[in-house]
Amino acid sequence: MTLDDTDRALLRALVEDAGRSTTRLGEKLGLSQPATWRRIKRLQDAGVIAGRRLRLDPEKLGFGVTVFLGVKLATKGRVSLEDFERAVSGIPEVQTVEHVLGLYDYRLRVVARDLADFERVLRRRIMTMPGVGDVEANVLLSEERRPGPL
Amino acid sequence: MLDDDDRRILRRLQADPSAGVPELATATGLTPAKVTRRLDKLREGGVVKGVTAVIDWRNLGYAVEVSLRITLDKTQARAFDEFLDAARQVPEVVELQTFLGRVDVRLSLIAKDLADYQRVYRDDVLTLPHIADIEALMTVARVKDDTGLPI
Repeated sequence: MTLDDTDRALLRALVEDAGRSTTRLGEKLGLSQPATWRRIKRLQDAGVIAGRRLRLDPEKLGFGVTVFLGVKLATKGRVSLEDFERAVSGIPEVQTVEHVLGLYDYRLRVVARDLADFERVLRRRIMTMPGVGDVEANVLLSEERRPGPL
Repeated sequence: MLDDDDRRILRRLQADPSAGVPELATATGLTPAKVTRRLDKLREGGVVKGVTAVIDWRNLGYAVEVSLRITLDKTQARAFDEFLDAARQVPEVVELQTFLGRVDVRLSLIAKDLADYQRVYRDDVLTLPHIADIEALMTVARVKDDTGLPI
């Protein structure tokens, strides 16, 4: 779908804070409440707004460490990819699983209480997965999401 | 410190960020007044930072997503700051992360197609300051997408 300037401003506002009422969003953008609601609905129906996500402070919840793992599978083939995906997606500490093309086959985002806890997850849950070969770990220091080309 | 009631509220809210107080009360078995009090406390304490909308860039015509893993020239004292400041100016960069490990910085870059990616990569990424090495990983599929914290 194509966006006009108002849609872009609306998306920027929703990325910044999606907890506001349509009335308040409308005030910010110079739109009536029904017009704001209609635009949001259109963006949702078109799948541009895929959903809403709660922003939590992981450290305040006791998750002090986020690690990104690059995983290369040792043995490939359709079956082993599916087995690996299913098994790794079932680990609660694994927040995201991306199938990638390049140096690694998968990129995993893993949260843990601390480095010792991470080591436990890595050794007991990830390294024991079917087909896991090379694993590279990078500890996240800072993270910033940008609004993107809006 | 959080107790089980807080955790129940947060779990429910993570699953449905637009859930209101009445829904949260029903789901957790707490009174609406108690849910409101707990939520206020979680927000004040900075545990809950807010709600954000998730944009699916594919539905806006951005079919390509590339993860650029960058090593910086650390002999330059201000390499990180100058690199990050410049990278923030590239509109196609949707995420910036810094790391301790083999990689210093990672940028998530989106593009309409491979030709568009090539343009952004040449004109806006390779011209960023203090780059020592770049590796690119192209995202084929998201198997599991940010399901939140295991509270």
